Amino acid sequence: MKLTDLLLMANSSLFRNKARTFLTVVAIFIGATTLSLTNGIGSGLKAYINRQLGNLGNPHSLTITANAKTASSFNSSGLQPYNPNQTRIVSAGGGPNGSHSIVGLTKSDINKISKIPNVVSVQPNYILSPDYIALSSNLAKKYQFSLGQIFGTSSLDMAVGENASNSSATPEITIPTSYVSSLGFNNAIQAINKTVIIGMTNALGQSHSFQATIVGVQQKTLVGSAQAYGNLTLINELHSFESQGLPVAQEGVYASLTAVYKSNLSATGLSNLQATLTKDGYTGKTIQDRVSTVFTIINAVTYVLDFFAIITLVAASFGIINTLFMSVSERTREIGLMKALGMSKAKIFTLFSLEAVLIGFWGSMLGILFANIIGRVVNSITTNGFLKDFPGLSLLSFPGINSTIIVVVIIAVAFLAGALPARRAAQKDPIEALRYE
Amino acid sequence: MTSIIKTNSLTKIYGKKSSAFTALDNINLDIKQGESIAVVGKSGSGKSTLMHLLALLDSPSSGSVIINNVDSHKLSIKKMDLLRNQNFGFVFQQFFLSPHESVLDNVVLPLKIAGISRSERKKRGLEVLEAVDLADKSKDKAVNLSGGQKQRACIARALINNPTIIFADEPTGNLDSITGQMIENLLFQLNKDKNITLLIVTHDDDLANRCQRQIYIKDGSLIKEQ
Ligand SMILES: Nc1ncnc2c1ncn2[C@@H]1O[C@H](COP(=O)(O)OP(=O)(O)OP(=O)(O)O)[C@@H](O)[C@H]1O
Ligand SMILES: [Mg+2]
Repeated sequence: MKLTDLLLMANSSLFRNKARTFLTVVAIFIGATTLSLTNGIGSGLKAYINRQLGNLGNPHSLTITANAKTASSFNSSGLQPYNPNQTRIVSAGGGPNGSHSIVGLTKSDINKISKIPNVVSVQPNYILSPDYIALSSNLAKKYQFSLGQIFGTSSLDMAVGENASNSSATPEITIPTSYVSSLGFNNAIQAINKTVIIGMTNALGQSHSFQATIVGVQQKTLVGSAQAYGNLTLINELHSFESQGLPVAQEGVYASLTAVYKSNLSATGLSNLQATLTKDGYTGKTIQDRVSTVFTIINAVTYVLDFFAIITLVAASFGIINTLFMSVSERTREIGLMKALGMSKAKIFTLFSLEAVLIGFWGSMLGILFANIIGRVVNSITTNGFLKDFPGLSLLSFPGINSTIIVVVIIAVAFLAGALPARRAAQKDPIEALRYE
Repeated sequence: MTSIIKTNSLTKIYGKKSSAFTALDNINLDIKQGESIAVVGKSGSGKSTLMHLLALLDSPSSGSVIINNVDSHKLSIKKMDLLRNQNFGFVFQQFFLSPHESVLDNVVLPLKIAGISRSERKKRGLEVLEAVDLADKSKDKAVNLSGGQKQRACIARALINNPTIIFADEPTGNLDSITGQMIENLLFQLNKDKNITLLIVTHDDDLANRCQRQIYIKDGSLIKEQ
């Protein structure tokens, strides 16, 4: 018997008992909808965070710190021995945990790391504290702000304009959307190509102002802070002024560096690079490393929710077992006739398994479709509601691969549920079936 | 004439030990190609049991069935399925039609099992329905046929694979005498025109006498052959 004929036969048998089939499909449908929704929340959040990773800086970069243990009272196993040859900087943070000293990095570290294969560039992470930002045409209105650096080529999510370029010789800056109206622009487009003035005071108490051109306005974001970003030219100007008058010991000492690696580096290439850094006494963390705890939590929550969804599926699969046992006993004579007319055991087994598979197929397809509709509605309510401030965040997302996996899993569960009744059908003795009244 | 089915001390015992019941006892038969044979006996004498064994639907407790000179013990399950599907035609004691499917769909079931294409099935299905004079009912649901029409549909189903032998268990048992007569004529015509071997189980003497040979069974034993 051909597969298409088996399929048609299984399908028509399901249609013969519409009410019973419907109820069994509904049970699977509920399971599929639940599984799809629980998965959808996880995927929605992860997709959003992935999209926002660009706002944390160059995705092909490593944040590098010295590998020495810190003498923090928090999470420490005691005091670390003092080493007079290590460069130390004292970081801020004299909270209840006490301040801790961090081993700093210097020019020679930059040179050393630059020579590691696959590293494109290494820059220190400056801690710049500019005094104010103001529009050059309206110097009366000055605002406090914070300024970040970009590394390599930047890929911040821009509303208008483009990212500041490190290869540009003129000082460039991008501002977040929240600065637009404060600085006196009607909209983001107006801000492009305007000149801003940045005020700075150094350790000697001298003040100076610097010019920069706005090249882009950054989209609102959940991850990363709302701050301006300057290109290398601007940052270097500001840093060389700010570091004038620092104690000699602190000059040219940085808490961390950022290394940009080749954008085509494979995953193994990256872990090799990280291993090399560890061997040389550094810690190199990717952006993904930095947010991996968030992912771990989302995954854990998703798994717990999925687990509940799977329980509903297990319950539904008992519905399939029951339905098929009924179908097998109702069709005893038909099975006997088909076996008498030369149908093999394997084909009889396939026929009844297909019934189960079809129930699984329809249940999961309808469930996923319904979950998608729920997703649309929920997303449109939430993006205009409590998630209004996070453009681009859809609470529920249903990537094709996940939906495919859900369909395959449910069909597999349905097949397993159908196996017992299908085996019963295949084992039936044609004579007994033919004598059956 | 070549033998199509032979039996060798064929015995069937149901149940075990104290409850054992010998339904067939030491039956030796030789059925030739193109013969028409009646199996006659009272109810419960073992006629259906014999037919099921000859048609490879059941296996004997001892002795053997030899089909086309091959001992059935040596045939694989697959080969037996294939024989029943391709070479045997069945008319059972009950109709075994799927009530809510069309007459055509019911009749082409053996071809469907054989994996023959839809168009070929339809063509051959209409041919055999024509032969049993049911072509005009091909699209009707089986449940809406009269008793005689149902039995003709069953004969059409038995014919569709061009069998070498037809096993018919009480083919006229449920029919009035005129309809029964019509079914009998149909079977003997097939026997004459297409040289199809007939093995007819019956307790009707008239039908038995129309066959070339009669086998009388009593309490599972062959008592007379003529
Ligand atoms: N599975 C079984 N277990 C025990 N006994 C059985 C079984 N099948 C048949 N029998 C017995 O074997 C005997 C022969 O049965 P069979 O059906 O061959 O009779 P029959 O000659 O065809 O009768 P009828 O004319 O009523 O159809 C009967 O006594 C029946 O009760
Ligand atoms: Mg009988």
